[in-house]
Amino acid sequence: MAAESKTKHYTMLFLRYFVLIAVGFIMIYPLLWMVGATFKSNAEIFSSISFIPKNPTLEGYKAAMSSYGGDINIWKAMINTYSYVIPKVVFTVISVTITAYGFGRFQFKGHNILFAILMATLFLPQVVLNVPQFIMFSKFGWVDSKLYLPIIVPTLFATDTLFVFQLIQFLRGVPKDLDEAAKIDGCNAVQTLTKVIVPMLSPAITSITLFQFMWSSNDFMGPLLYVNTPAKYPLAIFVKLSMDADSGFQWNRVLALSLISIIPSLVVFFLAQDKFVDGISAGGVKG
Amino acid sequence: MANKSNSAAVIPHKVKRKGLKGFCRDNIGFFFILPWLIGFLIFKLYPMASSLYYSFTDYNLFQGISVVGTLQNYIDVFTTSKITKAMGITFRYAFITVPLKLIFALFVAYILNFKIKGVNLFRTIYYIPSILGGSVAIAVLWKAVFRDEGLLNGALALIGITGPSWLSDTRYSLMVICLLRVWQFGSSMVIFLAALKGVSADLYEAAAIDGAGKWRQFFSITVPLITPVIFYNLVTQLCQAFQEFNGPYIITSGGPRNSTTLLSLLIYNSAFKQYDMGMASAMAWVLFVILMFFTVIAFLSQKYWVFYSDEEG
Repeated sequence: MAAESKTKHYTMLFLRYFVLIAVGFIMIYPLLWMVGATFKSNAEIFSSISFIPKNPTLEGYKAAMSSYGGDINIWKAMINTYSYVIPKVVFTVISVTITAYGFGRFQFKGHNILFAILMATLFLPQVVLNVPQFIMFSKFGWVDSKLYLPIIVPTLFATDTLFVFQLIQFLRGVPKDLDEAAKIDGCNAVQTLTKVIVPMLSPAITSITLFQFMWSSNDFMGPLLYVNTPAKYPLAIFVKLSMDADSGFQWNRVLALSLISIIPSLVVFFLAQDKFVDGISAGGVKG
Repeated sequence: MANKSNSAAVIPHKVKRKGLKGFCRDNIGFFFILPWLIGFLIFKLYPMASSLYYSFTDYNLFQGISVVGTLQNYIDVFTTSKITKAMGITFRYAFITVPLKLIFALFVAYILNFKIKGVNLFRTIYYIPSILGGSVAIAVLWKAVFRDEGLLNGALALIGITGPSWLSDTRYSLMVICLLRVWQFGSSMVIFLAALKGVSADLYEAAAIDGAGKWRQFFSITVPLITPVIFYNLVTQLCQAFQEFNGPYIITSGGPRNSTTLLSLLIYNSAFKQYDMGMASAMAWVLFVILMFFTVIAFLSQKYWVFYSDEEG
């Protein structure tokens, strides 16, 4: 009986690890293969499913460095991308923190109805907003603006309500005694925010920073609608156009471009993976 | 005199601070949320309202609005076969992707929740595809995997199977898009895993003593206790699925023969290729109403299957 249950125990253990490893393999192998493929010649890429290149070559990377239509290359596209991602992240963090502080710590006329509106906008799909926002931004003369205005400006106004919601949830766990103490020490509302609330919120703010960085770097729809000048293309558009132009004959170039385009995101992820997991488990983030 | 001093003493208690300064002090929180409110009015409410208005007009982006107050767009949405077909495909996409993704995420989270060595490593590996999820790079990779002579067919050839043309066969093309999102089950899994960790081990022990097997424990203890998280994942994933755009746009461009043309793709084409803003707005509103319908159904159905810990039973 004991021996039998022990066998059963080990069988189960084996099965669990087998499933986990098999799933892990499916998760990671395409990515490994992609890395390997960037070092293969175009003739070799689809000739075997091994990810190790037989005759490693930098041909794909060399081709990836060449410019596209003369106006744009991978490095320029990378600079373009982060020239709106970074302001977007900074503005989001500031505006979202201020809004969450206002809702979470104060009562004022219309507080409850405005909070209900905030919650309702969580369910407002971007797909309905795209067309009218585009029309509005083109009336403003912002479409194809050099400063990526339609992509950046809304984040000044805490338009990512999911983050506001997450911060309010987090703020609920921060004791109000701290605010009171700050008030007694002579802090006004703004000083309380910067000196007391922001330090207490820092884990949540870190997670918002990371997720906004990832999502903005990966965003495709925004630049697709609002960036039309090749010299201003970000990575997302640049990689898509390269794929359209080269797939079928220059896969090592396209894959090398794709890989370079996600390296900043991968680096950030590996540096802060625990923070991502904490953020997603605590606040419940889409992804 | 006595009367006057008396009333002066009462004032601080009885009369609230008046005037602009007093109002500001009492409603100071309002100033903190003001940027959000302005943003809501300009970037959300106004676009929503104008889009509803556009949906009842004949509106070409370059020629402007020519007819106002027409139902033609909505009539076209429900009578044009291309659009009704896209609606059907959108439903199929959502109802294949979301359950597959959630079941898979829960299954893997459940296994990871046993005392597994290297939980963190597995979790990281499963999570990477999700974090890169929406990027164009991953869509490019997916195309390379599912090409005729791509990675998948190469693997199938090793075991003697000639794989089909995944991307150019209308029977499989939608499946390729679905699988891309199912492959990114990591974020749902991380949420499930956090919830599973919260289920007390005592409950499993008690159930084991009562003779409940692992499956019985899973369905009678685990699932009921994590229904709030299942619900959360269900709603967020449904919202995303109905709006899916990047996958079909980048990988298949909606083809072959429109088999992966989701409604979001048609909205994009109608607005930014044909410049028919009225039609695009009408389609977007129909999609919005469908999405709201399922969200509301999900919320209303909560009381039948979602158990919150502060309730009894």
